[in-house]
Amino acid sequence: MTDTVRFLLDGELVEVAGDPTRTLLDWLRYDARRTGTKEGCAEGDCGACTVIVSELEGDGDTIKRRAINACIAFLPMLDGKALTTVESLGGSHPVQAALVEHHGSQCGFCTPGIVMSLAAFHADGGGDRAAAKDALAGNLCRCTGYGPILAAAESAQSTPADIDPPGLVEGLKALRRTQTLALAYDDPVTGTIRRWFAPRPLEDLAALALIYPGATLLAGATDVGLWVTKQRRKLAVVISLSEVEDLNRIEETPEGLRIGAGVRYADAFDALCCLYPGMDEMLRRLGSTQVRNSGTVGGNIANGSPIGDMPPALIAAGASLVLRHGNTTRALALEDYFLAYGEQDRQPGEFVEAVVCPPLPEGRIFKLYKLSKRRDQDITAVLGAFNLAVEGGVVTGARIAFGGMAGTPKRALACEAALVGQPWSWAAVEAACAALETDFTPLSDMRATAAYRMTAAKNLLRKVMAEFETGQPIRALAHG
Amino acid sequence: MADDLRTVHIDTAHDSAWKHVAGSAPYIDDLPEAAGLLHGYMGQSTRAHAKLLSLDLTAVRAHPGVAVVFTAADIPGKNDVSPIYGDDPLFAEEEVIYVGQSLFLVVAETRAIAAAAAALAVVEYQDLPALLTIAAARAAGSVIEPAQTMKLGDVRAALASAPRKLQGNLVVGGQDHFYLESHIALASPREDGDVHIFSSTQNPSEIQHLVAKVLGRPDNAVVVEVRRMGGGFGGKETQCALFAAAAALAAVRLGRPVKIRVDRDDDMVMTGKRHDFEIAYEVGFDDQGVLRGAAFDLASRCGCSADLSVAINDRAMFHSDNCYFLGAAEIVSHRFKTHTVSNTAFRGFGGPQGMMGIERAMDEIAQAVGKDPLDVRLANLYGPGRDLTPYGQTVEDNIAAELIAALAEQSDYRARRAAICGWNESNRWLKRGIALTPVKFGISFTATHLNQAGALVHLYSDGSVMVNHGGTEMGQGLHTKVAQVVADAFQIKLAQVKITATTTDKVPNTSATAASSGTDLNAMAALDAVTTILGRLRLFAAETYRCAPADVVFRQGEVAAGEAVIPFTELVRRAYFARVSLSSTGFYKTPKIHYDRATHQGRPFYYYAYGAAVSEVTIDTLTGENRVDRVDILHDVGRSLNPAIDKGQIEGGFIQGMGWLTTEELIWDASGRLRTHAPSTYKIPTARDRPDDFNLSLWNGDNFEPTIHRSKAVGEPPLMLAISVFSALNQAVQACGEHKVPGRLDAPATPERILMAIEDVRRRAAAA
Repeated sequence: MTDTVRFLLDGELVEVAGDPTRTLLDWLRYDARRTGTKEGCAEGDCGACTVIVSELEGDGDTIKRRAINACIAFLPMLDGKALTTVESLGGSHPVQAALVEHHGSQCGFCTPGIVMSLAAFHADGGGDRAAAKDALAGNLCRCTGYGPILAAAESAQSTPADIDPPGLVEGLKALRRTQTLALAYDDPVTGTIRRWFAPRPLEDLAALALIYPGATLLAGATDVGLWVTKQRRKLAVVISLSEVEDLNRIEETPEGLRIGAGVRYADAFDALCCLYPGMDEMLRRLGSTQVRNSGTVGGNIANGSPIGDMPPALIAAGASLVLRHGNTTRALALEDYFLAYGEQDRQPGEFVEAVVCPPLPEGRIFKLYKLSKRRDQDITAVLGAFNLAVEGGVVTGARIAFGGMAGTPKRALACEAALVGQPWSWAAVEAACAALETDFTPLSDMRATAAYRMTAAKNLLRKVMAEFETGQPIRALAHG
Repeated sequence: MADDLRTVHIDTAHDSAWKHVAGSAPYIDDLPEAAGLLHGYMGQSTRAHAKLLSLDLTAVRAHPGVAVVFTAADIPGKNDVSPIYGDDPLFAEEEVIYVGQSLFLVVAETRAIAAAAAALAVVEYQDLPALLTIAAARAAGSVIEPAQTMKLGDVRAALASAPRKLQGNLVVGGQDHFYLESHIALASPREDGDVHIFSSTQNPSEIQHLVAKVLGRPDNAVVVEVRRMGGGFGGKETQCALFAAAAALAAVRLGRPVKIRVDRDDDMVMTGKRHDFEIAYEVGFDDQGVLRGAAFDLASRCGCSADLSVAINDRAMFHSDNCYFLGAAEIVSHRFKTHTVSNTAFRGFGGPQGMMGIERAMDEIAQAVGKDPLDVRLANLYGPGRDLTPYGQTVEDNIAAELIAALAEQSDYRARRAAICGWNESNRWLKRGIALTPVKFGISFTATHLNQAGALVHLYSDGSVMVNHGGTEMGQGLHTKVAQVVADAFQIKLAQVKITATTTDKVPNTSATAASSGTDLNAMAALDAVTTILGRLRLFAAETYRCAPADVVFRQGEVAAGEAVIPFTELVRRAYFARVSLSSTGFYKTPKIHYDRATHQGRPFYYYAYGAAVSEVTIDTLTGENRVDRVDILHDVGRSLNPAIDKGQIEGGFIQGMGWLTTEELIWDASGRLRTHAPSTYKIPTARDRPDDFNLSLWNGDNFEPTIHRSKAVGEPPLMLAISVFSALNQAVQACGEHKVPGRLDAPATPERILMAIEDVRRRAAAA
């Protein structure tokens, strides 16, 4: 017996069966015939498919609304939640009126997604122009140049609006599951059964991971979604980490901040920013609002990408992982998790339970630099993370890690060695820059050439010194 | 009498604005799917250049859910979807000439099934040498047509006698259109083997013609319809034919509706882009920086077929002068054929690339003579006695000098430039740059016959109006402007005028909505139709109310005739009962223009649109990261029909041009595969990239020519205002060498190119 996916659409209960790796966007457009939500890219990079997904925070009555990309969200991720689409607004939301008034649409194809991003921004109390740009970083518009849209975002704020249907809190409470959501779908194309599990207790997750050691573990689907929409992969078994309460916690522990593997970037944002200087800037540029509302810190690490932003940053910070296999857990220094390109120290049936982020000792020089072609929502060409201890003018400790310079996120050990024990000086910096040639042999790809990566990596270390000397950040990128 | 029922020269919202924001404006994929509808997916070449030895589609056909697979052998007519030259097969036959070329069409119950089945094709290739770059094509002498030359005077003599000379070169990358709605066609069979096609196209008549050719049927067997596109930018001028023809073929053969919706990756791989260029220039000038002569060598990558490359490269030549009198000039244009996707129209149509050369030359001359680049630009503008373009057209409507002076003043350019020089001296790691660059863009299709338009206006007996015209709506507000013109002419409310989908069975033989000409042509044609109807109403009113026809006045929803003043709707009702025809076609052709392509001489342009922009930027000399700090624009749209819509075109065009020259980078690998085929890897500007300090104003002045209400075309010209950003970035790079040597930044100016250009300028400055 298989379950069905149950969620609220405009306050009405919807039950859906079928392929659990069907995207929310396809369901909206072709089954529900809500065609206002558009497909622009099917990879979570253009925002034309933006919808709002609401749920209750913890056990309380507070509604948490998230703008997400429907194109890479799988239908079962909606289970127990409430969905708001552009049609739900009925044309009467203040951002809709403001967009018309300010001539914020031209071809109109991106507009529904922009409406939804701005409606979520509006519902969360809005903010200044810089905040509006953060809210819109995941929405591409090719026609307007954005000026009228930003003006509309601003002017809509003075008019209140309620986007929640009546009885939403009760409706969401009624949908709560205590048991694992288990879906099975007989795929006529592959002739196989596709399974989806969304367990609740951690023990159930651990047990399922052992039963299905080859399962795809999924949290926000900001990467796995693309396996399906872009690579057209057929996933046999998917286990969702998102509904496991124990994985959705952020806790202070003696070792540091423990972030559960199911915690979304958006929810870890404040805590991480308190912990590490420069983290706010990096996180604001990582993905977009929609991506950070879905994606998790744990997922960014667990999938082993060589170009994830969190791994080098957290390696420099000295973070560690908690991995679970059945009832057994082990701790692992984050840098040791990445063995080689596409290979991680994770056994079949094992999963990342949490990442532990230690506080920085007093007086550290801690710098994060993300280099990409475009400021917002761009995958990094080079990420440099620097954690230096300087005492009495001498470098007494260094953890330096880079992304985009090798097949894995990696510490620059030769560079560190060239600094430690040396006076914190330009001479030491230059020697350490030279040592980066020992640490890395970067590749050329569509994001950058090897030559740029190496030159820029060295210059980032120089920038650490330059910023140390001037006592302030030296950045050309737009902040506002 | 107050003029308060003018519906032109006012801000009105886009006709679909409320539907856009509500998500209720239907695009083709939003239309209800008819029973029995099937989905098509195109199997594509994975090789840049190869003999097609065999194509085994057994497994594709056997895949559950597949209805049928079509190849070239199934085409009843001609296997060609090219606009002019017969060189774009619908399906490859013996040879493949780019990665992504269509080989076959799978038609299946769902898109997912069609795509999955297509992957099962077994294709045997025999690789042939592939020319992927301008350099490779140049070396092999591979061209789509012989090099073209445009001449004014004796440039060699002028260069030889010039007091000073310099030469340089510049690489300018291509650009993907990245319209948010990717290509789509929905074809439905009609009786007699006819077909109706919804196509996201800027060019319905051409799609009609090409589909008919593929089907081996006359044009009257095909109807093409488009209500709106989710963006076009030139990318839907010819490229939509491939998908429309394939869908039509399948629909007619199967007797069922067939939809082909191309996803983003396939769209970017399979369809053409803005041409990348390599530009070399040699200029001779005096000590004040005034040109004596200029020679340009333009080389573009056209891709695997001609498409519109001939006219695009011609337009690059036409704009190699931009606003400047070159003295003697020679412009040589090479059109290279490569084994990459066939490049196509993109906002500006070669003009932007043409302008890049002269604008770089202006900056370099300024560096050489040690002057503010603005002074060099001003000294070289067209003016009395120096007003002849290299193609023999006299610049008669020149407002560049006044416009630039006004912008320099209102943007405080001089003081800011001085401040930036000081700032750069005291800042080691960050450098700033500022630049003012102008635009003069020729308006008209350079293929003279395309400068025509038709319209169809129905006045219903209740006084409501339906307008149809040959132009297509891609977001630019064309339908809104035409409706404004029609309402104004009838003197009725805008809400009484409805513009319906563009369709080839209402207005035939239309030109593409391109070359910024949509409003100039179609609003005039619509006005012509309205004038005809008004003429009949005028006669009827004169007879009815016993006055002279000239004394009948249509004003503010009323008609005054003799002693009588009656509501417009009442006159229309009475006219209907009196059996007056209330419907008319309209037609327009642009006057004055002519052009001889053999000599590259004539008057290709009815008029010019002008503009100028000042951009200020900051670069990070350690990383090449950069930002645009401030932009000031003054742009000429003649007497604007709708200032809000025109400003939208200007700002949108500017930001799109900025993307072209900064973050948007197309990268092909050594085997000819496009590596940047989705927004994850191809980066168009986001809201953050637009500076908050963005000041845009419209030039106050009528078009010299009697265009529709003295307005000017606005679609393309503003894109080139973004050259100011590129020039400012190059100024900042140049500052890293203390302006001892010229900056040699190439486009797009990614952080990588900026950093490499800084290293280069420092090396040369140290050696100088």
